[in-house]
Amino acid sequence: MADDSDRKRMFWAFSILGLMLIVSLWYYSVHPVFMYIVTYLWFGVAYGLLLQWGRFCFASAWRDLIAIGVTRMFVGIMIAMAVFSIIMAVLAEYRLSTFHPGPLGPHELIGGLIFGIGMVLAGGCASGTLYKIGEGNGTSMIALTTMIFGQAIFVDIGGWFDQLLRNYIFPRPAFTLAEKLYGKHPGLAKMLLADSLLNTIIPILVLFVFAYVVVARKGIIRQIAQQKAASAANGEVKTSFSDELRGFWYMITASKRTTIAGVLIGIIAGFHVLAMQNLRYKFGIGNFGHALTALGLEGVSKRGTVFDPGYWYITTQEAQVGGWVLHKLGWNMMDNIYFGMSNGLPDPWWNPALLMSVGIVFGAMVMALLNREFKFKKPTKELALWGFLGGVFMGMGARIALGCNIGAFYIRVAGGDPGGWLFFLGMGGGALVAVRFMNWWSERKLKAQDIEIEIE
Amino acid sequence: MKVKKLEDGVYQLDVKGYVCPHPQLYTMKTLEKIKSGDILEVVFDNPSSEESITALCNKEGHEIVEKRSDGGTFVYRIKKA
Repeated sequence: MADDSDRKRMFWAFSILGLMLIVSLWYYSVHPVFMYIVTYLWFGVAYGLLLQWGRFCFASAWRDLIAIGVTRMFVGIMIAMAVFSIIMAVLAEYRLSTFHPGPLGPHELIGGLIFGIGMVLAGGCASGTLYKIGEGNGTSMIALTTMIFGQAIFVDIGGWFDQLLRNYIFPRPAFTLAEKLYGKHPGLAKMLLADSLLNTIIPILVLFVFAYVVVARKGIIRQIAQQKAASAANGEVKTSFSDELRGFWYMITASKRTTIAGVLIGIIAGFHVLAMQNLRYKFGIGNFGHALTALGLEGVSKRGTVFDPGYWYITTQEAQVGGWVLHKLGWNMMDNIYFGMSNGLPDPWWNPALLMSVGIVFGAMVMALLNREFKFKKPTKELALWGFLGGVFMGMGARIALGCNIGAFYIRVAGGDPGGWLFFLGMGGGALVAVRFMNWWSERKLKAQDIEIEIE
Repeated sequence: MKVKKLEDGVYQLDVKGYVCPHPQLYTMKTLEKIKSGDILEVVFDNPSSEESITALCNKEGHEIVEKRSDGGTFVYRIKKA
């Protein structure tokens, strides 16, 4: 029977959903074109629900693999990406994809490295930080704040980021593997072969073998051997190749919740791309900045555009919040390439991608409330420091790589852009550095505990 | 973060308020320090650590003998293999 606290949680969960419904109707009442913003909002809610339910965090993919030898999230994100890559190829074939590859170069590796350090310190990646805020996590709130303002300051101060973009990053080639091998729009079969199979699924299988052999195999084979020994007459057992295949499959399906979340996230991300492209056709816009200009609203870039990826993205809309606040306070943020030339600084309530981030936070909050997992967690001074530094590092890394774990990795790889793997490898290197530090730090703290543990 | 001895062979690790990776990292390190058959009670409130700690125990062969959760706080009692 539900007690008072359960009723309160249900009340808050459905109040949040009701409030978002009212906000959605308000947007529609202002102008039907704002259904574009509302669509971002509700896809954000869907991501938030699934991220929280599946504990889906890209930081934990590398970090738990390195720190504690757990492969569940590493496997989960790869499954999500494999599913998404197939959907992306189909959407591209029918001109229903909003995806565009990013400039290919070492900046993706370097950005990933810096981002990887930040995500381990902050306790979550860019999307993980948002869903953890929905769980009431104070450290993630600090990380988000420093990511918001850190990025805005980083892209404007000194003008060096403009130089980096203009002279180095923008001139780099940008292509999908199918375009590189077969030219533009080569047909569904070739896109499935190049973008989905060669660029996404085969590298994933290679990484699964790596994760199995290097990390998971020892524990799994031990369990299989124990099971066999229990049923063997003389207690002697030998493991065979079929046991290895069983173990490999066990690694992939070990956490059903993560695997199911991965499949669903892949499907939702595909539907998101489809919905945004259809809305662009419906309203006759290539970018939401065109709609804002037509309505006489401010904040569009010199090109008449605002940040409007048309798919799942996290960090640029956060940078825009920081840029918008600082701009209002008198710091000219529109005189740089990042905001002034391409992404603009619309008011937050007219910023389409930002509503997606808002949706992620509240979607995760609803799921956490329904699952009795919402709890406000005030950060200690130690965690506040890690959150602060983690947010700064993640923000810098995301700007250098032109995206985070979602925009520079998940979306890019699944869309057929090989550069996404550079970001992923960079994230792994950064995670390795930060995990070593965390290992040293936690050992130091455990030693400081005044307890008598009899060490074996 | 606090580690205390509740009784002979039973320890408690309290990592409430800690986010990833701390709860799973401290769990792993504390399990490394206690004896086979000892019990470690881990108290945490970071939901994503739930899956990671379970996966860690499965991998190492430790048995989670009890799982409780209330109001966002989780208590796992783990018997070291």
